[in-house]
Amino acid sequence: MARRLINLRPSRQGALYLGLLPFLILIALYATGSSLRLAENPDDKLLPGFSVLADAVVRVAFTPDRRTGTVLLWADTAASLARLGMGLAVATAAGLVVGIGNGLLPYVRAGFSPLVAVISMVPPMAVLPILFIVFGLDELSKVVLIVIGVAPFLMRDLQARVEELPREQLIKAQTLGASSWQVVLRVVLPQMLPRLIDSVRLSLGPAWLFLISAEAIAAEVGLGYRIFLVRRYLAMDVILPYVAWITLLAFAADLALRALNRRLFPWLAAGRGA
Amino acid sequence: MTEVTIRHVWKEYDGDVVLERVNLDVAPHSFVSIVGPSGCGKSTFLRMLLSQEAPTRGFIRIDGQDLPPEPTAERGVVFQRYSVFPHLTALENVAFGPEVARAPLLGRLFGSRRKAVLEQAAAALASVGLDHAGDKYPAQMSGGMQQRLAIAQALITKPKVLLLDEPFGALDPGIRADMHQLMLRLFDETGMTVFMVTHDLKEAFHLGTRLVAFDRYKTRPEEIGAYGATITLDLALDRSSARERAEAMVGLADKVADQPA
Repeated sequence: MARRLINLRPSRQGALYLGLLPFLILIALYATGSSLRLAENPDDKLLPGFSVLADAVVRVAFTPDRRTGTVLLWADTAASLARLGMGLAVATAAGLVVGIGNGLLPYVRAGFSPLVAVISMVPPMAVLPILFIVFGLDELSKVVLIVIGVAPFLMRDLQARVEELPREQLIKAQTLGASSWQVVLRVVLPQMLPRLIDSVRLSLGPAWLFLISAEAIAAEVGLGYRIFLVRRYLAMDVILPYVAWITLLAFAADLALRALNRRLFPWLAAGRGA
Repeated sequence: MTEVTIRHVWKEYDGDVVLERVNLDVAPHSFVSIVGPSGCGKSTFLRMLLSQEAPTRGFIRIDGQDLPPEPTAERGVVFQRYSVFPHLTALENVAFGPEVARAPLLGRLFGSRRKAVLEQAAAALASVGLDHAGDKYPAQMSGGMQQRLAIAQALITKPKVLLLDEPFGALDPGIRADMHQLMLRLFDETGMTVFMVTHDLKEAFHLGTRLVAFDRYKTRPEEIGAYGATITLDLALDRSSARERAEAMVGLADKVADQPA
């Protein structure tokens, strides 16, 4: 009997093919567009052919730069990941401390929650000039931009998650003799860590956005810096591999955090299975 | 042996009276079943015994001492849901109380001290019939197993008073009967005083040594805020005749009957 659309499911293999299909179509579209434009004008820079892209990749990723002696892609990647990592680490630590404080302690909430609510409404890009003025054009201002952009979200999200904890759990812990500190350590923190990691996953997108914006404006090395530098020469053959590389890095970070959550917190999977 | 004294307790929310004139003297080693229709304040009463809320007027004393203003280890509790920690295994859940008592700074023990506590916890699990479930997380256990776990977890710190808020309300009838047996056995073994809020009259009569019913005595809409519920029936189940109990059950049945089981 014919089934309704909502009950029709692809097989595992079918799902894989279906998932790959849009990518293949995009690549085919690019190849067609590229060859059409190149046929008209062999010097066209907008949609470089695959061989030109490959040459550019070899140049930036495997050949030392003549001027600096470093391999550009790796130097850029190292600089950007260091900024991103530091920014996210500080934001995560701040999110954890303030989020749990605001969520659990009424006095802290009364003092900090309004401040966090207001700060989270400040558009981070609008204060970037201030950061450049105050912290200089070096690493610090870029890291601070990521922190300012991401930390308020993490704080508010974690506060909400703490407040969602069933009241019964906190009462129960108290009837078992736990102090406030012990409630934090044994009840709240372990249940918040996986949620924090999930929130950090969601923050990866904004974090990259702030990083690349800051690098575009003032930097001497970095993935965002490079893209905006070669834009002047319409060097799509460098920009496209860089964008693909950044996407891959972000994707890998997301995947790694998800795997970390599964690995560290087996009780989460147990909850989902039931 | 724990005596509980409740004198002239009133509870108001924003000027609306929920409970009024609640007086109760509970002898040591009593099992007090609390029944009444929804919204009659029986859960509020239990929360006051827990110090989750404070009476607006009057006082509650345990062995002559005023209740502390927050939950403490002398009063254990089992809720209908969320009574156990989802991120700890059954064994760790039971070990929680002893661990926080012995490790004020980190809240957890290591090495031989941890081993000793885990052995104690394993014995407690065995006494509620969960010998083989020590490594399971609550989400991997049935509702009945979770409540057994919650009871073991609450009892390991040896509370003077155990508070039960519809602990078996979400369980299937067959499992509920097993839980009743377990509860009666533990009540005899520990000598503690138990307060249990329930919707199930049969359960209330079966487990309790004393039955307390809360209800409003003024029910016209304009009187609801000005008058609260109070104790309308107080029956010593262990000293009453079968006929008294039967009459009380019939009398209560139509009042509590409109409740979900």
